[in-house]
Amino acid sequence: MAVMRPETSPGSDLDAELLLTMYRHMVRARVLDERMWVLNRQGRAPFVISCQGHEAAQVGMAMALRPGYDWIAPYYRDLALTLVLGMTPRDHLLALLARAADPNSGGRQMPAHYGYRPLNIITGGSPVATQVLHAAGAALASRVRGEDAVAYTSLGEGSTSEGDFHEGLNFAAVHQLPLICVVENNGFAISVPWSKQGHTKDVADRALGYGMPGVIVDGLDPVASYHAMTEAVARARRGEGPTLIEAKVARLTPHSSDDDDRPYKTREAVAEEKAQDCVLRFRRVLEQRGVLSPGDAEEVRAQCMREVDRAQEEAENSPLPSPESLHLHVYGDQ
Amino acid sequence: MAIRTYIEAIREGMRDEMRRDPRVIVLGEDVGVKGGVFKATDGLHAEFGEMRVIDTPLAESAIVGVAIGAAINGLRPIAEIQFQDFILPAVDQIISEAAKIRYRSNNGFSVPMVVRAPFGGGVHGALYHSQSLEAMFCHIPGLKVVVPSTPQDAKGLLRAAIRDPDPVLFFEHKRCYRLIRGEVPDGEYTVPLGCAEVRREGRDIAVFTYGLMTHFCMEAAESLARDGFACEVVDLRSLRPLDRAAIVASARKCGKVLCVQEANLAVSVMSEVAAIVAEDCFEYLDAPVRRLGGPEVPGVPFSPPLEEAYMLNTTKIEAALRELAAY
Repeated sequence: MAVMRPETSPGSDLDAELLLTMYRHMVRARVLDERMWVLNRQGRAPFVISCQGHEAAQVGMAMALRPGYDWIAPYYRDLALTLVLGMTPRDHLLALLARAADPNSGGRQMPAHYGYRPLNIITGGSPVATQVLHAAGAALASRVRGEDAVAYTSLGEGSTSEGDFHEGLNFAAVHQLPLICVVENNGFAISVPWSKQGHTKDVADRALGYGMPGVIVDGLDPVASYHAMTEAVARARRGEGPTLIEAKVARLTPHSSDDDDRPYKTREAVAEEKAQDCVLRFRRVLEQRGVLSPGDAEEVRAQCMREVDRAQEEAENSPLPSPESLHLHVYGDQ
Repeated sequence: MAIRTYIEAIREGMRDEMRRDPRVIVLGEDVGVKGGVFKATDGLHAEFGEMRVIDTPLAESAIVGVAIGAAINGLRPIAEIQFQDFILPAVDQIISEAAKIRYRSNNGFSVPMVVRAPFGGGVHGALYHSQSLEAMFCHIPGLKVVVPSTPQDAKGLLRAAIRDPDPVLFFEHKRCYRLIRGEVPDGEYTVPLGCAEVRREGRDIAVFTYGLMTHFCMEAAESLARDGFACEVVDLRSLRPLDRAAIVASARKCGKVLCVQEANLAVSVMSEVAAIVAEDCFEYLDAPVRRLGGPEVPGVPFSPPLEEAYMLNTTKIEAALRELAAY
């Protein structure tokens, strides 16, 4: 068993409508993400953590899943993923502004702690990698009931140093569970580079130790991500066990709105990543292929801006939780 | 009524719930073919198969974390931790995840899961097979903590825990497994969580306790009864939530209180019980609240004289009761 590096030429074999859908999803996530930073810098939102640079991977992966049927245990950068699955900019802005109607947590958790019952997006906390085990458990339950639902989980490359990552993948491999674990490798865990997390060249090398396929994809390419995920999902649905996918992505922002990346990332490296921005790159690919005509990209962006404007207005007009609600939902029988 | 040992009652509790509800599964180390190191799951693998009785890798965080995920996706998992001493790698999953999932999702998700683990000393288990770590979990809102002392309660409380909508830590005193026998009602019954049980009625000293210590307290109370002192022995059974009303009623009735636990006393279950008595029974007390517990050392040593010195027993409890009776 060796780590696979599928070759893809972007956009080669998918029909134009699907490619366009991917592009719209990527732009929508980017526009929303940028708006959240604006709200943060205006002092209206205390905390933002970003998906910028991860959109291609997340959109490709999410489009290979069955929303509301498969089980999703995401991590804090999965804004684009959750949008593709069916959450909305309004949902995320309600969370950002800690409103009572926030469908993730009713304003109880920090933003980017996703969770949405109708879409089987399992609530996440702040400790990292714990969700890998929840996904394994959800996969186990689906199999006990004889369903072919798969479980998806994702995390950053730094979080693969956690014990729960190991325990989860090992458990899933031993029991051949329908689990797909995606590592969104942007090279840094806050400030610590991969070289100080693991001594393998790639994160996907670790798959070999668990006896499962490891796949490395260009996470700046939504099509490559979609293909890798489609294959892993098909394998899982057929009962052929878990897959570890490493998506090589870029983090185009500091870790969070509270981080300053200048001490640990050169400005040249930042400029290089921005030049490879997956949204711009995919736009160029689609324009070259004639899927996007001149002016289309601006129109897509304008549509997303209008949607985010509306969502922001709705979220800002939505009430905060009442202090009395503090005590609700500690137990189910209270 | 049938006579059962404590561990037989636990096994029957799991078996009966698994027969009743196909969502109930068991997972843990050695729970499958072997039937558990204490034989708590003996026969379940043969009856329900490996899809529902799952030998896991030796990884406690995975046992609990996988159980959480399975519970979220509609099952009713019973996770067995082989010894409570080894639950610590799973504490992040229990406290950061299971306890908070309902609250943090604003009631969107819940974790109907039971974590079973044997605890307690007196079995030559030394530092890492003897601890009583229940207090650390009792501190956490979102968790329920149960410790049965009799076979009837073990079965009834376990069935209630499995049916409960939230995570329940079900701690079984390993010394009770084969030492304690008793009547178990026929048919389907549950014992509700959150309710203490008065094991022996009295009017002179209220004794609050749980687990193996309940039996030692009953023997000590018997001895005092021969000298005309009537102790009321209250088996807490449920450590979170505590049965505040039962504690207050017995403390007010007796006016003297002895709290007895195997664990060391600092920041423990009996710290809470004593605080409840101080808050709600001050005007009724005829003596300071007394607590009897394990020593403030890191664990139960292996060598017999050390283990004996560590553990409470009937004689030590009786001495404390007589001192309080004389106050």
